[in-house]
Amino acid sequence: MRVGLFVTCLADVMRPSIGLATLELLKREGCEVIFPEGQTCCGQPAYNSGDRHTAQEFARKVISEFADVDYVVIPSGSCGGMVKTHYEELLNDSPEYRARAQWLAARTYELTDFLVNVLNVDSFDTTFQGSITYHDSCAGLRELGIKKQPRKLLDRLNHVEVKEMSGPEQCCGFGGAFSVKYGDISSRIVDLKCDDIEATEADAVVLGDLGCMMNIEGKLRRRGNHKTKVLHIAEVLTGLVGNETE
Amino acid sequence: MEITSQQFKAVSSSKLKDAKLQKALKQAKGGFVVSRAKVVKELDNFEEIRQAASDVRDHCLAHLDSYLEEWERRAQEAGTVVHWAESYEELNSIVVQIAQDNQVKKIIKSKSMVGEETGLNQYVEGHGIEVKETDLGEYIIQQAGEHPSHIIAPATHKSKDDVSELFAEKHKRPRLDDAEKLTHEAREILRPHFLDADMGITGANFMIAETGSTVIVTNEGNGRMTTTMPRVHVAISSIEKCLPTLDDFALMMRLLPRSATGQVISNYVSMTTGPKRAGDKDGPEKFHVIILDVGRTRVLGSELRDALRCIRCGACMNHCPVYQNVGGHAYGWVYPGPIGSVLTPAYNGIENAIDLPNAATMCNQCGVVCPVKIPLPDLMRKLREKQFEKKLKSNMEHWSLRLWAYLALRPKIYSIVTRVMARIGRILGGDSRRIRRMIIVGQDWTKNRDMPAPSGRTFRDIYLNKMNKR
Repeated sequence: MRVGLFVTCLADVMRPSIGLATLELLKREGCEVIFPEGQTCCGQPAYNSGDRHTAQEFARKVISEFADVDYVVIPSGSCGGMVKTHYEELLNDSPEYRARAQWLAARTYELTDFLVNVLNVDSFDTTFQGSITYHDSCAGLRELGIKKQPRKLLDRLNHVEVKEMSGPEQCCGFGGAFSVKYGDISSRIVDLKCDDIEATEADAVVLGDLGCMMNIEGKLRRRGNHKTKVLHIAEVLTGLVGNETE
Repeated sequence: MEITSQQFKAVSSSKLKDAKLQKALKQAKGGFVVSRAKVVKELDNFEEIRQAASDVRDHCLAHLDSYLEEWERRAQEAGTVVHWAESYEELNSIVVQIAQDNQVKKIIKSKSMVGEETGLNQYVEGHGIEVKETDLGEYIIQQAGEHPSHIIAPATHKSKDDVSELFAEKHKRPRLDDAEKLTHEAREILRPHFLDADMGITGANFMIAETGSTVIVTNEGNGRMTTTMPRVHVAISSIEKCLPTLDDFALMMRLLPRSATGQVISNYVSMTTGPKRAGDKDGPEKFHVIILDVGRTRVLGSELRDALRCIRCGACMNHCPVYQNVGGHAYGWVYPGPIGSVLTPAYNGIENAIDLPNAATMCNQCGVVCPVKIPLPDLMRKLREKQFEKKLKSNMEHWSLRLWAYLALRPKIYSIVTRVMARIGRILGGDSRRIRRMIIVGQDWTKNRDMPAPSGRTFRDIYLNKMNKR
């Protein structure tokens, strides 16, 4: 099974351990992992800022890069949602690319969805131990229906206890450019999210989107909380965490 | 109503610091969100009902001209005088004309958001006619000289304390602290106005084509008294509120109270079809309906058309993380929250509400609760596209995006630039591995948050390095 890894621009630059952990998870299950070296971004920043033309360029680029795989796996609900739910509409003025977008959408999976529904992985070798609370990132949840998948995976870990927070589906306030353009509002929304996370007293908050992770981690640390870890689910499933992978 | 949406950023920041408002918003959020979730769960086919309602609204909009004509014909058959208003000024002047023709000195009014759009009260009062708002929330804000901050709970930004203070001052009576007693006091004050008003004005949630009726959905008895007690009645509405049949109306009523207040049905649902008939014990002698366009036909022919399906339940704002924290006034016009972020620029011109479509996290919580499935984030994105086409984006946003796109579309240069960025970021992060202050692009991020530092090497470099070693 040839699986294209779309690592996402944010994970590439900010937190490569997410990519490494994803790579590890796929390899352990015997996937032949392809990493197209020219990959950069899915185009969502341009799309959401209204620059449709540039977003189309990115969509065509991604479609061409992943033309030769059985599946594409993305460790992000947000970028996964972009490819799976927006490319087709974005490219609807070109019948050729529209068809190719449909083709790609059908083969593209958010990581946890792929692990549960394609690979049916039922056990994980991880060094991670402790209690965690899971935050449902918006695009994964509402565009891709990622809700049960990560919980199913976490349930399969022996030394992990899941403590649900109040309002796990409430937005963390990241919103891409929103977090910088409306910093005051974004910061207030994530403050409330941190209240809910801290109330669980879990050792770690786990999620599937790096944008939301950076927002939550940045806020927790500014609040003086240096204890609660902020982890990507791929990191939890493999034990390959943050800076330790350098 | 005057539009102040261009001040969104400054106003929202001050609203975040308003402790009283924050307390009121928190209370309101809990009430609306929890009660809606509960009644939605009681239905096993809520999603099917949503789809059906969305289809009915679409069908209606696709044939709006013929349904409006049908409605007008039926309404006229029942004795209703129908007026069409293409501008705010026109609607307001029709109201004043009707009042003057009937020697009206005092008007009692039940809630109408169309009336807020046109600035009706101010206009009518300017012609020497007294207007009393009779919906409790609207009465409170009229006393306070404010605008509604929510489409179904206009005074939701006010605490009970605020109201106690306001009533004591305006009513010149001893201060009351109990909500029920405050309501009784307002009722006592309003009662004589109901009895001696010459004209009643209400909005209309829907207009039903097959019967020529107008409908109001309320929780207070004031709506029914406003339609039946004065000798002249004027209902104001807008063209998109038309529904083909009573069955369609019944369908909407399965969704509207549930989505709005979490009620299975509102306390009152009042249908009015023409004036008092021979033998009727009560009802107005004259019944006028004024239907507003202003922007609706333009939106009907645009990419934003889906927004016209709106049945004004307020669920999108109740569930919006931005609205929940800044409240309705920050949006600067009649309709706040996600639907306001679409309607305000759509009706007033996108250059007059630049922030609104951008001040959203695109979380789509609004889209999933909307009873008529309006794809609100998609519509906000379409408005962003319009802003981009019209070059209304800030220079900072425009050029940082251009630079990023230039690089990210050229993988070779991109890999070098990101390699350098990851290293610099790692150094800036220091031992704590977080950046406490960023300049230019990220300064608003680090005002109240840290930025976790990159770990130093890009995934691309680590991966390719590993591959080469093999």
